Amino acid sequence: MKTLIKGGLLGIGLIIVAAVTMTTEPVNSQEPGIQSLRGHVAIADEGAAGELKSQNTGQLLGRAYRQQPPLIPHKVEKYQINLKVNQCLRCHDWPYNVEENAPKVSETHYIDRNGVALNNVTRGRWFCTQCHVPQIQARALIPNTFRSAFDE
Amino acid sequence: MNDQQSSECKDKGLFCRMWLTISRPSARYALGTLMSVGVVIGIVFWGGFNWSLEITNTEEFCITCHEMEQNVFREYKNTIHYSNRTGVRATCPDCHVPKTWIHKIARKIKASNELYHHFLGTIDTREKFEGKRLELATNVWNVMKETDSRECRNCHNFEYMDFTTQEKRSRERHETAIKEGQTCIECHKGIAHELPAGAFEAEKTLN
Repeated sequence: MKTLIKGGLLGIGLIIVAAVTMTTEPVNSQEPGIQSLRGHVAIADEGAAGELKSQNTGQLLGRAYRQQPPLIPHKVEKYQINLKVNQCLRCHDWPYNVEENAPKVSETHYIDRNGVALNNVTRGRWFCTQCHVPQIQARALIPNTFRSAFDE
Repeated sequence: MNDQQSSECKDKGLFCRMWLTISRPSARYALGTLMSVGVVIGIVFWGGFNWSLEITNTEEFCITCHEMEQNVFREYKNTIHYSNRTGVRATCPDCHVPKTWIHKIARKIKASNELYHHFLGTIDTREKFEGKRLELATNVWNVMKETDSRECRNCHNFEYMDFTTQEKRSRERHETAIKEGQTCIECHKGIAHELPAGAFEAEKTLN
């Protein structure tokens, strides 16, 4: 019986101590060293937006070796490439590339197999996605030992 | 009555006699009977009118014509408006028939031209259809430009868009579009059907 009372008193004492320390501890995000999820931004101000996670950066992806066809930094699934139209060329063919501010198709793509320079992309180069491919940020499906020319 | 009719409409046509009949009070039928019959006939006619509007406003109706089923419908089946992860589908009339009554009726009347060309066989083969595709597509683009892409905006709205979840390219384009008052069709051509050959040249006259 005595031990029970002793235990009870000890418990109550501990709760009081804990309560006192909690109330006396300053809860203030403006204190140096302590930061809320908002960061050091006043309530009235608007914080900067976080970094968007996107596989399509719109930034050019560098080549890994000299002969590599440039990679596509955006989605392409919905673009029609058939005998009638090639929607890639709606931005990357001259003169559209100027108004769309897009990289221009290389001039080599306008020369047919007989060496004749054409006004349109030659049919041998028509299906862009045969060589140029989009990228996604994902782990490699199969482990491989590929190294870019710049890896050393 | 017959005497009056024959006297007033002597040597005149059928329409004169009909007008005399309907412009005079009935001596034979009770007002209640006439009103009830009128109401019933009204319901049948107005209901029938709306019912036929509804029935011609379905995908099943559209693809009863092989011109639609074998060309534009099959192409549309590969696009995001037919099949997508959320299971929302926009069928033919959602994009091609206005929702507001007056514009809907106007479109229905214009559609009689399509019936005429169906029976003429203007595009009854794939080759004929491909030959006319640029012209037909341009017609639709022009209409959508004029109506500020009204049918697109039944579902899509700049104000409901979350630009932060859009790709950088689309975000920039949509912001420009809002500023310059552009409409959906100016960029989004060929989203539900194949583009015609020469589409990029044709759209220059449109934009």
